[in-house]
Amino acid sequence: MSEVAVQAGELWASLRQRTQARIGLGRAGSALPTRHRLELQAAHAAARDAVHSPFEPGTVAAGLAGMPTVRVRSAAPDRLTYLQRPDLGRRLDPTDRAHLPVGKWDVVFVVADGLSSRAVHEHAAPVVRETAARLGSWHLAPVVLAEQARVALGDDVAHAMGAAMVVVLIGERPGMSAADSLGAYLTYRPVPGVTTDADRNCLSNIRPPRGLSYEGAAGKLAGLMGRARELGGTGVGLKDESDHSTGADRLL
Amino acid sequence: MSYESVLGGHRYRFDTLARLLAAASPERSGDRLAGITADSEQERVAARWALAEVPLADFLTEPVIPYESDDVTRLILDTHDAAAFAPVASMTVGGFREWLLSERADAVALAALAPGVTPEMAAAVSKLMGNADLVAVARKVRVVTAFRSTIGLPGRLATRLQPNHPTDDPAGVAAALLDGLLLGSGDAVIGINPATDSPRAVRDLLELLDGVIQRYAIPTQSCVLCHVTTSVDLMARGAPVDLVFQSIAGTQAANASFGVTLGLLDEAYEAALALRRGTVGQNVMYFETGQGSALSAGAHHGVDQQTVEARAYAVARRYDPLLVNTVVGFIGPEYLYDGRQILRAALEDHFCGKLLGLPMGLDICYTNHADADDDDIATMLTMLGVAGASFVICTPGGDDIMLNYQSASYHDALYLREVLGLRPAPEFEAWLASIGLLDERGGIREVSGEGHPLTAIGKELAA
Repeated sequence: MSEVAVQAGELWASLRQRTQARIGLGRAGSALPTRHRLELQAAHAAARDAVHSPFEPGTVAAGLAGMPTVRVRSAAPDRLTYLQRPDLGRRLDPTDRAHLPVGKWDVVFVVADGLSSRAVHEHAAPVVRETAARLGSWHLAPVVLAEQARVALGDDVAHAMGAAMVVVLIGERPGMSAADSLGAYLTYRPVPGVTTDADRNCLSNIRPPRGLSYEGAAGKLAGLMGRARELGGTGVGLKDESDHSTGADRLL
Repeated sequence: MSYESVLGGHRYRFDTLARLLAAASPERSGDRLAGITADSEQERVAARWALAEVPLADFLTEPVIPYESDDVTRLILDTHDAAAFAPVASMTVGGFREWLLSERADAVALAALAPGVTPEMAAAVSKLMGNADLVAVARKVRVVTAFRSTIGLPGRLATRLQPNHPTDDPAGVAAALLDGLLLGSGDAVIGINPATDSPRAVRDLLELLDGVIQRYAIPTQSCVLCHVTTSVDLMARGAPVDLVFQSIAGTQAANASFGVTLGLLDEAYEAALALRRGTVGQNVMYFETGQGSALSAGAHHGVDQQTVEARAYAVARRYDPLLVNTVVGFIGPEYLYDGRQILRAALEDHFCGKLLGLPMGLDICYTNHADADDDDIATMLTMLGVAGASFVICTPGGDDIMLNYQSASYHDALYLREVLGLRPAPEFEAWLASIGLLDERGGIREVSGEGHPLTAIGKELAA
């Protein structure tokens, strides 16, 4: 390797400290060097697999350490339909809706596969446990494990169960740099078809160690939930007053 | 007015022009989601038979969205140029297809026709065209615009350099900017999608880009893609705004969901023109569009997503933009399911935009939950290069770390220029030569050493 190339390698190595962008990749003619082409394909494969890996409710239930759970499906019967029909992913399968336990719940946690079941398998149970541990005397509904689900499915669930608030933990749309990112959406007294995304508060990029930690996410969520109860609402009127910015996941 | 045709012994009836256009559309997930697609493949073809017989003049008397309730419809009909329309005024949609493909429709005739074509006419005729037809006609259309570089000349392909960063970190942006410039990119615009729309963050990025452009005397323009009201505010405060950006859509209600009105765009356009920051031209607007945005906003009025998209181009052409691009596969598979649907939409959008007289470029892209990959990018790039796209958007390695989607890469643009013999915008090409980035064949020289003067951009900011 020539001296110039070594120096250039050092320059790009130092620049890459400042961005995850795929810069300074070099060239094979006009195209990418083989190594970088394969690295891109590997990242794309991880993202694709995250989208299409089946949801395993049992994995999440096992991680919940004895908390009661209920399994439901959305009205989207399979992945292909789910990806093309977001409207079906927002509605419960009618049979499953009838099986949901009704009660005076303060909150129901919904663990939804979304666009990355991998994110849910890896991160959802610890977030539920850590958050529940901070809620003291709150009356918690059984955790609902929802398949082929969009965020707004939580509205249908909370409404059917009589819960005052819903927290949906959902696999975010996978990027090539992050295929396992979990989002959390908090909604107070949702009404299916009436509640909009502007009525929710969102934490995104829960993905330790690169993203938000379980403790960090649980702390923020529990704080937001407490204030939502005082305020009687969520959404634009409820701001995260902790030190980190939240930023709704505009891409889900 | 209703439309009918007979196919396979069955009579098909379509109650309105909007219904007919929707049924004639190729299968796509967004129209299925909206519940307006043909019920069968036979019905789809029957709709095309009926559509082929519709006189073009009917589109002037039967708007797909009522004149009274939608300002985009009013814009389309109120600005229609009857004299420009005259050469095709007596044609049906089917006849129009054949005329467009014929030698009579050369670059001069198509340029003269543009103000006489409505979006619905363009969308209608595209539904009777195959992918190759869409390439063949779009290739003949030339739309030339200019600011500090000239976009759309024959034999040229410009690129948008997109150095996004998830936290707008200046050093991270500068590193990606350096990477793109060294790969010969950025003659259409150096354009950043900021992580926030805060005026302060936008201004910081504008000043960073303006500083680099001035220091190296780069014949290009910058754009930080914020809401039009943010740009208006920043221009009033003296920020270095080259191009005013806005996402637009094809109905008044969809534009309202973006927080824009025609009046607001008028105001921004006047303000940007008054700055006189262009050197070789004064096209000051940059618009992005994309199929599915009206449906996503619940504002599509039962009109198919391609026709609504074409109506967005009527909004764009009111402002003589420097650049318009469809962000074709960005929203996701609920609108365009796979590589096949994204390719078709890209060719339709490019064709319709060009026919209406716009400097059309593309963000050839997909999300990771769509059924597409980098081979689809290569296919789309090649076809759109042949079709004469004005510019394409390029990201480092084709992976945008801010918006989490996949687009073309700087390498892809090098490929396209090489295989089709396309060159950068002339002013930018001269600049590339002046800083030693053009090789003896006119391609981009492979430069990686610290010796190149541009590397100072990265070194200083990374220090």
